[in-house]
Amino acid sequence: MAETKTVDDETRTDGAGGLRGVDPDTALRLMREMLLYRRFEEKAEEAYAIGKIGGFCHLHIGQEAAAAGSILALDEGDYVISAYREHTQALAKGIDAGAVMAELFGRATGCSKGKGGSMHLFDYERRFMGGHGIVGAQVPLASGMGWKIRYRDEDHVVVCFMGDAAVNQGAFHEALNMSAVWNLPVIYVVENNEYGMGTAFSRVSRTEIHEKACSYGIPTSIVDGQDVLETFVAFRDLAAGVRGGGGPRFVDLRTYRFKGHSMSDPVSGTYRSKEEVEGKVKNADPIATLRDVLLEGGHLDQESLEAMDSEARTTAQEAFDFADESPFPDPSELYADVYAELGDGRMFFDGRERPEGSV
Amino acid sequence: MAEMTYREALNQALREEMERDPDVFLMGEEVAEYDGAYKVSKGLLDAFGDRRVVDSPIAELGFAGLGVGAAMAGLKPVIEFMTFNFSILALDQVINHAAKIRYMSGGQIPCPIVFRGPNGAALQLSAQHSQACETYYVHAPGVKVVTPATPADAKGLLKAAIRDPDPVAFMEGELLYNMKGDVPDDDDFVIPLGVADVKQEGDDVTILTHGKTVHVALQAARKLEKDGVSAEVVDLRTIRPLDVETILASVRKTNRAVYLEEGWSFAGVGAQIVSLVQEEAFDWLDAPVVRVTQADVPMPYAKNLEQLAKPSAERVVAACNRVLYR
Repeated sequence: MAETKTVDDETRTDGAGGLRGVDPDTALRLMREMLLYRRFEEKAEEAYAIGKIGGFCHLHIGQEAAAAGSILALDEGDYVISAYREHTQALAKGIDAGAVMAELFGRATGCSKGKGGSMHLFDYERRFMGGHGIVGAQVPLASGMGWKIRYRDEDHVVVCFMGDAAVNQGAFHEALNMSAVWNLPVIYVVENNEYGMGTAFSRVSRTEIHEKACSYGIPTSIVDGQDVLETFVAFRDLAAGVRGGGGPRFVDLRTYRFKGHSMSDPVSGTYRSKEEVEGKVKNADPIATLRDVLLEGGHLDQESLEAMDSEARTTAQEAFDFADESPFPDPSELYADVYAELGDGRMFFDGRERPEGSV
Repeated sequence: MAEMTYREALNQALREEMERDPDVFLMGEEVAEYDGAYKVSKGLLDAFGDRRVVDSPIAELGFAGLGVGAAMAGLKPVIEFMTFNFSILALDQVINHAAKIRYMSGGQIPCPIVFRGPNGAALQLSAQHSQACETYYVHAPGVKVVTPATPADAKGLLKAAIRDPDPVAFMEGELLYNMKGDVPDDDDFVIPLGVADVKQEGDDVTILTHGKTVHVALQAARKLEKDGVSAEVVDLRTIRPLDVETILASVRKTNRAVYLEEGWSFAGVGAQIVSLVQEEAFDWLDAPVVRVTQADVPMPYAKNLEQLAKPSAERVVAACNRVLYR
């Protein structure tokens, strides 16, 4: 039976001004990042409302610590792969805010050249491997990236994010089993925000999230994903364990979504009450939590905080402006990138003339 | 030239490509210690070790997805499905991921992967083990589909598929594994994808087909010859990319065509070819193009019903006579 553990009390309370052993510079960086994610997502919400962003758009507001605390604890060479609520994870992996916003706008300067959109953000160089829209289907892909790391005897790890609903998919179970059998360097992270779209997890599972990996013999942690310091420490340690050949890990990262499932879903209503959401916003806002720690510990004053926030707002606005001023993809892009190259034989059967300049 | 079976030709192709490129690995059910359910991977475990020849759990969706992830990260996986019937479980990873990753990442993320295994009916395996699956794969832009009919094609095309930078569904014929034929000795014998092969030249009617039914077409052509009809047999070899020029050249020569395939008719490969021929060679046609396919039923078990369900040389002859108004 795999061990299930929560981050222990010692970690929660240890000194350094309540920073749990995280150095002040890192704590301030986490704050800056989370502010950027919040302001970025608010700007995306605004852009969606005025029709700049189309299709589906899933905001990460409320879950900023889950992105910052985990991804900032990784090395540059580590892989991150996720589902479709991934804007802030892309930012955390170092993709420029303008390139992310431009992708949401469907512009040529987007990180996927405007061809992926909100749910398919990619950056190969930064090892941000998407942005995937089929629930749970990215989990075997992560195992494959772990396979590559092991195949080439590299020292990287893969962090695979998924929502809580993914744990009921077959792909999830098949992938965890293989990663365990082959000792692959993957940290599977369930961003447990309690609801798969509008269905409470407790309505679709008799067991808890943290129990799901036990039958594969994968060590499991429960981490407070609203506490960025706890999350950071947990992922720093997990990554170190996996890097040393320790095999896969599983994390029940407990968090909460402050907005609707997507832009078409009201914040509260049919499946969760206004009181529930307001209670979480009031008591479990990851940014407010870290802010209080930093202010109380004297690592930050009100003025610097406001400057930090103002900088985040500016970056978000600049991302908006960059996206808005960027061109749409050239028509020749329609047929580009379906295949790496065209050789003998016909590839496209739609009977259309391909735009000039296309492959 | 060396004479060998279709199975040996595939084995040689795998062996040579694994020697050539250390990023190529083979994964699937029973491929390693068992030497492959159809012995295609015989001896590869001994030659390359268990890092590169890997027995997977029975989890088609999972190991197909693992292959796609490994390809995205830079390796060149060959994923064996024990048969393509089981690959239906893995279609999400092929259609939603392998086929689309390059496009939706704006060209950044590659997916050089081969999904291979036997496809179509064998003998009395009944409904769930006797399906021609090429339509599922060829429907999606981003995937290439290859269906070799002879040992030489099996070797040359598998080598091309493994070297290809895009996902390839490589569909073998279960009843062809023991078939013998001449295969060039050259280590670098590669048949480019997208080039059809005229397996028999003729003047009166064109039988277009792919995969195992090439041999049914050749049988039909022999029967027709006795009746004084000269049939041309065109083997597509790869369905996507498709050698449209060779198809149209043959139709323009004979003015009559029949499409033969193992799969079902609705939205089958033949439906696409008929559409293409009528659109691009209408003025050369002297008769409507006719299709010969599996009966529109799940494959029955009983021997007599199975025979009735499969496309046969007799049905091909009848179809040819129909387009010849004989």
